[in-house]
Amino acid sequence: MELAERLLKGDKRACARLISLVENEDKEAVDILKKLYKHTGNAHIIGITGPPGGGKSTLTDKLAKMLRKEGKKIGIIAVDPTSPFTGGSILGDRVRMSDLTTDPGVFIRSMGTRGHLGGLSKGTQSAIKVLDIYGADYIFVETVGVGQSEVDIVKTADTVVMVMVPGLGDDIQAIKAGVMEIGDIFVVNKSDLEGADRTALEIEMMLDFKKHNGWRPPVIKASATEKTGIDNIIEKIKNHKNHMVKTGQFHIRREENIKLEILNLVKEKLMTMIAKKSNDSNEIDSLYKDVLEKRLDPYTARDKIIDLVKK
Amino acid sequence: MSEKPIRVLVAKPGLDGHDRGAKVIARALRDAGMEVIYTGLRQTPEQIAAAAIQEDVDVVAMSILSGAHNHLFPKVVKLLKDQNADDILIIGGGVIPEDDIPGLKEAGIAEIFTPGTSTTEVIEYIENSVKKSS
Repeated sequence: MELAERLLKGDKRACARLISLVENEDKEAVDILKKLYKHTGNAHIIGITGPPGGGKSTLTDKLAKMLRKEGKKIGIIAVDPTSPFTGGSILGDRVRMSDLTTDPGVFIRSMGTRGHLGGLSKGTQSAIKVLDIYGADYIFVETVGVGQSEVDIVKTADTVVMVMVPGLGDDIQAIKAGVMEIGDIFVVNKSDLEGADRTALEIEMMLDFKKHNGWRPPVIKASATEKTGIDNIIEKIKNHKNHMVKTGQFHIRREENIKLEILNLVKEKLMTMIAKKSNDSNEIDSLYKDVLEKRLDPYTARDKIIDLVKK
Repeated sequence: MSEKPIRVLVAKPGLDGHDRGAKVIARALRDAGMEVIYTGLRQTPEQIAAAAIQEDVDVVAMSILSGAHNHLFPKVVKLLKDQNADDILIIGGGVIPEDDIPGLKEAGIAEIFTPGTSTTEVIEYIENSVKKSS
């Protein structure tokens, strides 16, 4: 049977193979996604992000288990960093999700960033589509441990859960731009540790300064290992989607994300075209040289490259 | 970055809690440019096979020091075969007596690496075998 049909029927092996193919930018996979694109859009995509060691994988494990009790089908994509030096990686998020491995209603996939910055890998968005077609009701996307500017997840997920831990930094961290601005739900994980109340309060204070579009992000104290606060997080995840749908923001957010995705695809394609052009002839390379030797400026060089690609 | 990295599942079946060897291998494979999925300790053959399928790996590398290799290694082979995933290369390592090796190979373990093997040897073996099959 063809991969596409098997995927539609919820075949795990087909799902796994297609994710590999899209990750490796295989042409066959793109053709399949083109054909099956109309089957996407049903899953609730939940981003799980936060600093390294905050407990993202353990929390994802617990959230998935709770949703499994409702009989929901779950997809999990866990992204870990690829070494920029060797291209290799150790993807270790499954360690925290061992029990879910053999659950027939759960599909877990680890991905290396493969040179992509922003907290996700280049193939993540396509992998989400594959899991969506596969029939997942909820897709958790766990980012790499983030610092302050890895905000790709907000352009990908419907709901972003920001996982914080007590005692990470002083209150000034909470007013910095970047990751702190993208949470739809804040979780203070490991709240059995000292300082959880203070961290929760600091996040609340940060939220006080922000304008909210009808949804003020809740701040939830939880402990993934002690299994406290998990039901509350699930409830808020569902509330968030309901709120978004009711106010029309869900549609707006997806539209914005699709626009960004398409523009990114165009940008990537252009880069490949330029790379090909510069392989085929030395016209582009000689432009670089011209700029280096001040016969040309970078802006004119840009226009010339665009003209070359258009030909 | 368009060249496809080799994906390897490094797993510890059985009940022994010694994963230093598995971690050294994981690290060496990473440094050789592979994507290593590490699953942690005390995995059942069912968990290893399920993870190998979901991750669509080229190789499953198992390490065991408890002596249960004759039971656990072939079971993983069988589970993968049952799910039509017998194209995955399966290798094993750990404290495994010489006498057991022929039987394990018979059961479908492509190669067994015992203590003293250099990581380069393992890397070369994987690179050559995966290239041949793809």
